[in-house]
This record gives sequence, C-alpha cells and structure tokens, in this order.
Amino acid sequence: MTGSLAKTPSNRVVILGALSAIAMATARIYAAEGAALMLVARNADRLKGLADDLRTRGAVQVETAVVDLEAAAADAPALMAVWKTRLGGLDHVHVIYGYLGTQEKATSDPAELARITSSNYSTAVQWCEAAANIMRAQKRGSVIAISSVAGDRGRQSNYAYGAAKGGLALYMQGLAHSLAPTGVRAVAVKPGFVDTPMTDGLKKGGPLWASPEKIGKIVRRAADKGGPVQYAPGIWRMIMLVIRTVPSFVFHKTKL
Amino acid sequence: MSTRFHPSDTLASWGRVVKARHLVARPRFPDEIGELISGFSPDAPGLAVGLRRSYGDSNLNPEGHIIDMTGLDRMISFDRETGLICAEAGVSFSQALQLLAPAGWFLPTSPGTRFVTMGGAVANDIHGKNHHAAGTFGASVTRLKLWRTDGVAQEVGPGDPLFHATVGGLGLTGIIEWVEFRAVRIPSTEVEGEDTPFENVSEYFDIAAEKKDRYEHTMAWVDCATGGSHLGRGILSSANWYQHGGLTAHREEPRRKMPIDAPSFAINSLTVRAFNSIRHELKTMRAGPYRQHYEPFLYPLDAIGGWNRLYGARGFYQYQCVLPPDTARDGVVELLKTIVASGQGSTLAVLKDFGPNPPVGLMSFPREGTTLALDFRNQGEATLKLMADLDQIVASAGGRLYPAKDGRISAALFQSGFPKWQEFREHVDPGLSSAFWRRVSA
Ligand SMILES: Cc1cc2nc3c(=O)[nH]c(=O)nc-3n(C[C@H](O)[C@H](O)[C@H](O)COP(=O)(O)OP(=O)(O)OC[C@H]3O[C@@H](n4cnc5c(N)ncnc54)[C@H](O)[C@@H]3O)c2cc1C
Repeated sequence: MTGSLAKTPSNRVVILGALSAIAMATARIYAAEGAALMLVARNADRLKGLADDLRTRGAVQVETAVVDLEAAAADAPALMAVWKTRLGGLDHVHVIYGYLGTQEKATSDPAELARITSSNYSTAVQWCEAAANIMRAQKRGSVIAISSVAGDRGRQSNYAYGAAKGGLALYMQGLAHSLAPTGVRAVAVKPGFVDTPMTDGLKKGGPLWASPEKIGKIVRRAADKGGPVQYAPGIWRMIMLVIRTVPSFVFHKTKL
Repeated sequence: MSTRFHPSDTLASWGRVVKARHLVARPRFPDEIGELISGFSPDAPGLAVGLRRSYGDSNLNPEGHIIDMTGLDRMISFDRETGLICAEAGVSFSQALQLLAPAGWFLPTSPGTRFVTMGGAVANDIHGKNHHAAGTFGASVTRLKLWRTDGVAQEVGPGDPLFHATVGGLGLTGIIEWVEFRAVRIPSTEVEGEDTPFENVSEYFDIAAEKKDRYEHTMAWVDCATGGSHLGRGILSSANWYQHGGLTAHREEPRRKMPIDAPSFAINSLTVRAFNSIRHELKTMRAGPYRQHYEPFLYPLDAIGGWNRLYGARGFYQYQCVLPPDTARDGVVELLKTIVASGQGSTLAVLKDFGPNPPVGLMSFPREGTTLALDFRNQGEATLKLMADLDQIVASAGGRLYPAKDGRISAALFQSGFPKWQEFREHVDPGLSSAFWRRVSA
C-alpha cells in the first residue's frame, strides 16, 4: 500500500460524530472514492477500528481526533483550522453527532434538556460556522449538518429534540443564503426513521424505515448537489408537508 | 451508550418455518461483546448469528438471547500484495468481494449466496462449487478471535484444538469477533464455462468425474420431477476463471425483490415441474462454451432479494446430504426415486462431488463423496414424512446431513453422521446453545 501515500485525495473531509451509523456509511462512500478523512468522536479505540476500515476500503489518508464535540465547541475555529492543515485542505465538513435523549427526562431534568439543546443545536452551529468561515475565505466547499424530520413540527413525544434539530435546519438555511455569493454550500439533511441500533426498541419494518447506508448516500450527495434542506429519503418532504398542515385542533388529539 | 437486548418476534432463519421469540442485541463495536455475553449461562444461553442464511434452526435460540453480529462489519486489513485479509465477523462475502475483486483477488470459496457473514462462513465451514479444488472456507482461515462467555477472548489458528472446533462449530464454541484468511488471485472477474446435459444419475457420475480435473467450479442442476430412464437428468455446469477479462465487482443491490410472501398456489408440483423442465430446455440450449461475470454464475439466486418468500408464509425446508464415494451412486438413485414417487418435487436440486480434502473442523460437513441439496415447500406432515424416508437412505448409505440446512433431524442421525461430535462437545461454551444443538445433542 506504499503507493497510496503519493495519491492525491479526491476530497478532504471532516466528519464530526464519525462513529454514528450514518457517519460511518457516509465515510465509506468517501473512502471508496479515495478521499482524505478526518474522523472526530470521543472513543479512541472505536475510531482506530473505523480508521482501519476506511483505509482498507480505499481512503488515501485517515486521521482521527478524540474530541468531546459538545464540550469543545468554543474551540471550533481553532480545531477546524488544525484539521484543515492535517488534511492539507478542506472540501467538506459533515456535522453528524447529536443526542436523542428522551422528552420525558428532559421535562423534569434540566441537565437532560440542556444536553439535548446543546448537542443538537447550540454546539452544532458553532462547528458549522467555523467550517463555513474557512470555506467562505477559500470560496469553495460544503457544510452539511444532520437535522431531522422531528424538526418540522413540535410534537409532545420529542419537542426538545425536534426544536433543536429544527433550529439547526433553519440555521443551515440561513447559512446557505449567506454563503450563496461565494459558491459554498450549506445543507441540512433531514432523515426520517433510520434503522440503527439506537432505534432498536421501536417497532420497525415497512417502507418508511431506511438503512443508514441509504441515508449515507443522500448525505454524501448533499455535499455536491441539491437545495439547503434535503429530506432523506425524499418522500419525507411530502409526509412532513401533510403533518405540518394538520390543524392543531386535530393534531392535539393524536399521540404522535 | 450500551447496547441492549430487545424482544423480537420476527427473527427467523432462511427457511422461515420456525417463528419464535428472541431477545436480540445488535452491537456495532467489538468492545460491546464482553458486556453482552456476560449474562449468558447454561440456564440462559445465548447465540451469535450473522445474516441468517442458514435455513433450519442452527441459528435460532427461541426464548433466548441472540447477538446479531452484522453491525460488526469493518475491514481490519487487506494486503494487496499477499491477499491476506482480516475482517470483522459481520462483514459479508458481498462486501468483501467489493474490495477483493477489483484488486484481482477473490474469496477462496463461496456458497451459492454472497449474503453470508465471515462468522457464519466459519461456523458452518462453508463449501462452494470449487470444493474439489479449494476445500472449505476454513482451509484458508489463518486466524480468528474468539470470545468465550467466561469473558476470555483469544486468537486461535490452525493447530489449536479450539480453532478446529470453531471451524464448523455452529457458533457453539464462542463468539467470533474477526476472521483473517487468505484470498486467492484471479485473472479476471469473469468465468468461462460450459453446460453439459446428462440423461440420468449414472451419466452424471461419469461426466462429473471427467470434469473435475479440468474445471475449478462444477455443480449440477437436477430435475426431481421425472423418473424412469430419465431419473436424475440434468445439466452439469463447469467453469474456470477467464484469463483475459477485466476486474469489476458485482452490483451490490439485488435487481428485483420479493415484496410479499407468494400465495400458496404459486408453488405446487405442476409449477415445480414446469420450472424444472423450462430450466432444462433453456440450459440445454446454451450449447458450447460461454463467458459471464462471476455474479450470475456463482450467485444466480441473489438477483432476487428475499426469494425465500416464494415459498409462501409457511416457509420451506432444505435438505442437503453427502454420501461417501462407494455408496453415492446407488444412494442418489434411491433418494431421487423416493422424491419422484412423493410428487413433492424439489424446485432446486443440486448435485456436486466433494473432493478428498481432509476436513478442517471436527464438525465440518463436507467429506469426500457426493452431495445432494434439495428444497421442499413446507406442506406439514407430508414433507416431514418424505424427509424421514430420505433420512433412512442417507443413514444406510453412511452419509450425513448439513446442519446449516437442517431444522429437524434426529439426534441419532446427527450423531452417527458426525462421529467426532463427542470430542466437539468438550469445546462447546456452556453459555451458548441453539435450537439445533439442544435437539441433536440430547
Ligand atoms: C441461497 C443459498 C445458497 C447457499 N449455498 C451454500 C453452499 O453452496 N455451500 C454452503 O456451505 N452453504 C450454503 N448456504 C448456507 C450458508 O452458506 C450458511 O448457512 C452460512 O453459514 C450462512 O451464514 P450467515 O452469516 O447467514 O450465518 P447464520 O445463518 O446467521 O448463522 C450460521 C451459524 O453461524 C453462527 N455464527 C454466525 N456468526 C457468528 C459469529 N460472529 N460468531 C460465532 N458464531 C457465529 C451461528 O451461530 C450459526 O450457527 C447457502 C444458503 C443460501 C441461502
């Protein structure tokens, strides 16, 4: 594999929250394309295993950084600059980490509510802005954040998470607007139901459940194409349109 | 975030006959294994499973714990110079080929589907169309990592007794975390083959004996609906890697999917007969040598995702036996006569001669002789009766059945077929078990 060191990468990509199922699926697509990757997450051993996988699958360079992304958000500009240097440039940044939590706990426990808000919104936008600033200067690149269809309408079962993810999507929409003159892309990808171990307690199956691989493809493509808000898969745009339109006096009778 | 077990009523094996409740966990990282198995015990045993392509009940543990290993799907290393490759146990053959094939390497052997995991391939010591040339998958495994439910994890390889118990060990000797094996060089990703029709069982044996020295891959389709002088007519397909083609991997997605269970009228003996004779016609017309990509050649059924649903909601049985060389000719005739007489003609019947390669595992299924594999739609008692009749023929021919395909054989038939099973039992992890093992070790 000595020859690969000399190869120039197809893209230089930072992935925040690299150990999630969606992140891994996305990273594998980049690896097969011959990208250079910077994987950021908290667990060093797991990052090493993932780095081996991506190298074996064709990534020309894989770097890892063990960082608590919620705790380190204040250092986002500095860290992003370091990662850019380590990769020799920066083409795409994917902000994938997040925290589902439970609404029930968030309602009674301020720490849970704070964590849901910080993980899914207030720290996430710091990373996005840090990435956007680098790209604004170089007039090239993309920033892609994972939002959620839960962000389209507040629902009793997960409004803390939904509001944070919805806020993130609005942020990305605004960022895309501000970046438009520079040619830099900003996108919020909104997945629906994703079949990951995180959702294993739920009843699954049926056409609305998508695999992380399917979402990964959409996330990868979002780096190059499409509008600032993308549903994953696209059918959710229609579903959420309907859900948003249901009047409250009807909606409030549901248990959604 | 620690992985937990969740109840599931939908976990089934490929044959879909048994539907039972399991507690299922899907770890994504090796460091989760230790915690997951810590609660397993002789009273509450667990079992690791892969893509659940085994048909019967060797990958089921009703009312017990199951660790679905498919989330451990990372490549660990691949040396493009030597072909040595190491992958987590949940990596599928399909994924491995995406990496190997474009680099001019291939799996040392492969079953008739690419949707099996490394762990499953080791646990059943699977064989392919090239068994007479390459032996089983276990013959190419150089090392693997195994977790026992006492919490000890170890690397084992050829020569270690635990390795030879684990290859073909049906998941009962521990949880396999990763597998390292030697890939083989290929000149291209195409094969060059030919089809040879035969009119009866006796012709099959003559042709197979002649082809095996000239071809790396051989197997035969057999018509199970026709008796008399055409008993056991079919087509033997044989192929070698094409020396001059390009190197491209297969498409990952199946071309078509079975979205629902077929209604029960879809497969009856008439359609089976039609199916077999159409195939006979078509194949016979492919006269002369042909060239094709490995995908349709090795994995014809993978083109239709979920084809097992063709057999309807009651599921189906597979029946695969191997008979030793000296009893194989007469035994195969007896087996086919019995099937034709039953009118339950198998849709897919496959004949293949295994080579003399010594088995790698204590419990490896392949041995020198001839193997016959059949599918039977589950028609309740009638199907069980037919298979019991076949069992008698296999037993008196000194043969044995393939646990990967079985969901019902008696302890006696299993034990006589696998003379080393007692030695194997010494290596079984007391915290692991399966429905299959509880039945056959009784
Ligand atoms: C269309 C089709 C064609 C086939 N053709 C062939 C063929 O030509 N030759 C052949 O040999 N077989 C063939 N098979 C059978 C198949 O190769 C085996 O059943 C194989 O073991 C399935 O692998 P799996 O990953 O689905 O394992 P599963 O069916 O999920 O499990 C099989 C066994 O492996 C164990 N296991 C799985 N993962 C682990 C792990 N990580 N650690 C410990 N134990 C584990 C399980 O406990 C179980 O005992 C075929 C099956 C199909 C559906």
